[in-house]
Amino acid sequence: MVQTHAPVHSVEEIASGIFRLVFRSHELAATAQPGQFVNVKVNDSLFPLLRRPFSIFFVEGDLVSILFNVIGEGTRILVGKKPGDVIDVIGPLGNGFSAAMNSGGYKTAVIVAGGLGIAPFPFFLSKLEKNKNVLSFIGARTANQIVRFGFNRIHIATDDGSEGFSGNVVDLLAEHFSDHRYELPRIFSCGPTRMLKRLSEFTQKKNIACYASLECAMACGIGLCQGCPVETINGKKKYALVCREGPVFETGAVFL
Amino acid sequence: MHESFTVAGLTLQNRVLVASGTFGYGDEVPQLVDVNKLGGIVTKSLSMKPRDGNPAPRIAETPSGMLNSIGLANIGVKKFIEEKIPKLSTFSCAVIANIAASSVEEYCGVLEKLDPFEAIAGFEINVSCPNVKEGGLSFGTDKEKVALITKELRRRTKKPLMIKLTPNVTHISEFALAAESEGADAVSVINTIIGMAIDIRTRKTKLSTVTGGLSGPAIKPIALAKVYEVYRAVKIPVIGIGGITSWEDAVEFLLAGASAVQVGTYNFVVPSAGVTIAEGIKSFCEQQSISDVGKLVGAVEAKRDLSVIESWL
Ligand SMILES: Cc1cc2nc3c(=O)[nH]c(=O)nc-3n(C[C@H](O)[C@H](O)[C@H](O)COP(=O)(O)OP(=O)(O)OC[C@H]3O[C@@H](n4cnc5c(N)ncnc54)[C@H](O)[C@@H]3O)c2cc1C
Ligand SMILES: Cc1cc2nc3c(=O)[nH]c(=O)nc-3n(C[C@H](O)[C@H](O)[C@H](O)COP(=O)(O)O)c2cc1C
Ligand code: FES
Repeated sequence: MVQTHAPVHSVEEIASGIFRLVFRSHELAATAQPGQFVNVKVNDSLFPLLRRPFSIFFVEGDLVSILFNVIGEGTRILVGKKPGDVIDVIGPLGNGFSAAMNSGGYKTAVIVAGGLGIAPFPFFLSKLEKNKNVLSFIGARTANQIVRFGFNRIHIATDDGSEGFSGNVVDLLAEHFSDHRYELPRIFSCGPTRMLKRLSEFTQKKNIACYASLECAMACGIGLCQGCPVETINGKKKYALVCREGPVFETGAVFL
Repeated sequence: MHESFTVAGLTLQNRVLVASGTFGYGDEVPQLVDVNKLGGIVTKSLSMKPRDGNPAPRIAETPSGMLNSIGLANIGVKKFIEEKIPKLSTFSCAVIANIAASSVEEYCGVLEKLDPFEAIAGFEINVSCPNVKEGGLSFGTDKEKVALITKELRRRTKKPLMIKLTPNVTHISEFALAAESEGADAVSVINTIIGMAIDIRTRKTKLSTVTGGLSGPAIKPIALAKVYEVYRAVKIPVIGIGGITSWEDAVEFLLAGASAVQVGTYNFVVPSAGVTIAEGIKSFCEQQSISDVGKLVGAVEAKRDLSVIESWL
């Protein structure tokens, strides 16, 4: 974990309203693992005060990228960054997908991502053992918001039916699983809590291991504030900290 | 310039500590900050039994500040002794144990368990906790209870004892006087201010507990006024807390009457802030040819006396 002042390399709109910000940091690039996040101070003023967490979208050489859409003050400032501007970044943070992706016991990695939930997966796919089968299900509001970067074969679901399956990405997944047989699948997911909840119900019914990256309001991102609890199911403690014990959890182990 | 000094019986290498609940137990961020360059660490509030804390969301950002309702989540004094004290013993900065409890007996019990450990240089008592016996009202808003807690704890320790006051009262100085009269060595001013935020689309409060504690730069002017009020009322040292993010902020607190300061929320943004602030105070004093930082304490040139200001409000 480092705190570094990283020069911005580029900011680019890669799908409608979805931006990729690339910055240079050797230390971060060298140590980041899929599913980990970085905590970014978007300016050096006291407003907004807190850092903003972002999943690590991709790593290439010394370049690290994040993906975001403009929601509030923090992302409004980020989208205006120019090459050469400096951002203050702490990372890499949290427990990502590494443990689940590198342990044996599965042959097919099934990615289920909703909206900006695709963010951790291009990096994930670049690090996945080449002998795994990969199956990707991506949900978006509409066709022009689909991010294809880093993916090969994608099954798409859109809310408005403008591309692929019309409806929810979990329904699309369920349809595929009823029509096909996949060899030893394991699911890796990220997206809105409502989607993760449905996914978790589905995978528990089907008895498929499922890991998801969760979001939660965070003040510090490094275990100092106790501000990011997720309630555990049969855990030793009532709550786990999303920033330190997560953000990736087995979906059956937490209340979504 | 000679920096190390004694306040309330504590020897500190500089006047900047990190505030309770904003630095874990001091062992979370070794990669990002050299804790031995801090004046001291105040631990997360410790209670007798571990506490799970409140459901999410516990955090909401507000303009230049944040609301929290952590619910005093902590590992409990037993685990603290077993797992944290060995590491804390290796630190060269002062470690102050902060205690939170829901009864006077619990305050005493936790203090007695910690008192024998050399690694613990002193105690800070968080009185902004619900008093379970009396319907969950905060101890800290009842002067007699603050006096009683101070008295009972004073009997049980010779180590420096600091009472951390809540600003959610009409006259904080009366509470400081209550603590002083029962033998407190210092008062820490202030804890968080009650606040609230609402998501207008969902119509839900942004914290699961409806209201929570406001902290960060947004509260700095309030904290400064409280430090000034308390400084003028008591003879024991005042530890200034609230919204400090820079050495300039810290110097303001010293001038208002704080003998030392604590940095809280800003640790979440810049974990090494306390160290930078301590260094900044030092260079400021060198530049201004101030031989002893202590000369700044209470050195504000205030034109009006407090009684005039109060009638002004
Ligand atoms: C582990 C982790 C990983 C994350 N990864 C990403 C990522 O890869 N890409 C990304 O864009 N964001 C990600 N986020 C969310 C991100 O940190 C910011 O909260 C988000 O970008 C909004 O920041 P802001 O300052 O623009 O908005 P704010 O000013 O913080 O919020 C503006 C308004 O939008 C609401 N809001 C905040 N966050 C969200 C949200 N996620 N969805 C809907 N409404 C929201 C707030 O309640 C507020 O009312 C992640 C969060 C976590 C905890
Ligand atoms: C997330 C959070 C947790 C806190 N936990 C405690 C605590 O356990 N005990 C305590 O005495 N004060 C606690 N505080 C209060 C701080 O120690 C400090 O008094 C207050 O935040 C004001 O200072 P600041 O504006 O620099 O943060 C907490 C504050 C925050 C923001
Ligand atoms: S965000 Fe502070 S502990 Fe997780």
